[in-house]
Amino acid sequence: MSTTTHPVLSPVKDAATAARLGRGRKRADRVARLLSLAATGIGLIFLVSILVTLFVKGFGAMNLSVFTEITRPPGSNGGLLNAIIGSLIQVALATMIGTPIGMLVGTFLAEYARGSAFGNVVRFVSDILLSAPSILIGLFVYQLLVLPFGGFSGWAGVAALSIIIVPIVVRTTEDMLNLIPNTLREAVFGLGSPKWKMIVLVCWRSATSGIITGILLGIARIAGETAPLLFTSLGNNAWSTNLSQPMPSLPITIYSYAGSPFQDWIELAWAGALLITLAVLLLNILARSLLRRGT
Amino acid sequence: MSQAATLSIASPPRAARRSNLGDMIFAGACYAAGALVLLLLGGIIVELFLGGLPAFRAFGLPFLWSTEWDPVTEVFGAGVSIYGTIVTAVLAILFAVPVAFGVAFFLTELAPPWMRRPVGTAVELLAAVPSIIYGMWGFFLIAPLMAQHVQPALIDSLGELPGIGVLFQGPPFGTGILTAALILAIMILPFIAATMRDVFEQVPPVFKESAYGLGCTTWEVMKGVVLPYTRISVAGGIMLGLGRALGETMAVTFVIGNANRISTTLFGPGNTIASVVALEFGESETDSLKLSALLALGFILFVLSFIVLAASRYLLRSRLKA
Repeated sequence: MSTTTHPVLSPVKDAATAARLGRGRKRADRVARLLSLAATGIGLIFLVSILVTLFVKGFGAMNLSVFTEITRPPGSNGGLLNAIIGSLIQVALATMIGTPIGMLVGTFLAEYARGSAFGNVVRFVSDILLSAPSILIGLFVYQLLVLPFGGFSGWAGVAALSIIIVPIVVRTTEDMLNLIPNTLREAVFGLGSPKWKMIVLVCWRSATSGIITGILLGIARIAGETAPLLFTSLGNNAWSTNLSQPMPSLPITIYSYAGSPFQDWIELAWAGALLITLAVLLLNILARSLLRRGT
Repeated sequence: MSQAATLSIASPPRAARRSNLGDMIFAGACYAAGALVLLLLGGIIVELFLGGLPAFRAFGLPFLWSTEWDPVTEVFGAGVSIYGTIVTAVLAILFAVPVAFGVAFFLTELAPPWMRRPVGTAVELLAAVPSIIYGMWGFFLIAPLMAQHVQPALIDSLGELPGIGVLFQGPPFGTGILTAALILAIMILPFIAATMRDVFEQVPPVFKESAYGLGCTTWEVMKGVVLPYTRISVAGGIMLGLGRALGETMAVTFVIGNANRISTTLFGPGNTIASVVALEFGESETDSLKLSALLALGFILFVLSFIVLAASRYLLRSRLKA
């Protein structure tokens, strides 16, 4: 509207000024829109570039022996089997330990401590842990479990990963429980149910899809964590399913292989990177679609 | 509304005893889990501080700014890595914030509705890519690109300028402070963009409609209504990104060049607290002064991130309540 030279301002000079002003404002708007579009394009280009790089280099290096052979010295056709298995074991155990704790904390925040000072402190601390550098979790577990118990171990890696998954589960559990209308709680109380039954049988059940989303996102996060494992499960080039020994994991193997001067190790690192990224992205997409259907 | 959660119900005595026991156990478990979270944070602070205590004792306060790092003579200082941590994180914010703002502007005001969800999800997926993948991608793809094209171009165009020219000089290695900041910027972009998008969406439509009714353009509505209305939360989102950037480890370790010196040029190598800890940890012996110095670095990083993340949460509290 500001651009049309509608003769509201009767003097000719003013109409011309208004038109010029209008053109300037319209130009600023167009520039801002273009820049915004460019910014979005830049963001998408990065994602596409990462994915294309991973697919090209990862698929080039992918073959059956990646899944059937364990890590070997350079030049002897090794694979990543022990690293994959090690990662699966540690992530699975960490999820089993961290998820119940996270759910209890989330339940505490939503059902017991709404608005209480103690609850606010717990919520604050949990949110800090959610974004705290994961390398510090590794150092903490090193001080707590590795030094006193004489050495790097799979258990220490599991402990570090479970500490990382807890705040993720806390956040989604609390958010999902907060969405449940209080009338539902009142109805259950009205039937004479104790509070814990109300929470477990009604609240948790109606929040299931949201809670599972949180768990999936948590798994996706810890599956790619590298830094905390450096000081805890350390990595291991041999076959090892003994959790009290140093344990191999996919991220650690990728880290040491990608930084090595050997071409076949670097290729294995790309194959591993593709595997991890695919798993993480699929978990994320699965979690999102689950949440969308659930609510 | 929230009273329902704390209602106590008079039930028949026999059932009451049983359910009270169940309630007590369940409530106890919930409270214990809540307390465990506090214990975890306390434990991290205490363990890192105790671990770093020998180094703090040996070097005193100058540990914070001393630029020495010599494992042979056992003289350690945090100066270079604190400098590297802050410079890379702040540069990353400078790169990421305009782009994140553009993305949020696009997603909330410009994009047609069918486009919002897929594009928003794609940007959020950037946040899900593991740090180590960014490291490999940065090291094998971005660093050569920087060395062959970006850095020579910057040296030619900006290197001659008086004043800021000194930032863009020196041999173009590809790795270094600038590349690390760039990778960090890409990694924190989705966090800042998602926060901005969420708070922009919370602006009451009637405010925007009034501005449009006065004849404002979309950009003027963003500049004059949406941004002023959300500026505190936007600052909170930026702090969140800063907090993330401070502690990033693997990606930075790959591309920063890992040298214990402060260079005037942005192309020079450097290190950050997290990259030093990740790299040097394997070479330090149990109970050595070096290990203690690394734990002290961890403690300093924790204090830094804690302050930034706490500030972020404080600024975002209005969003959290909504």
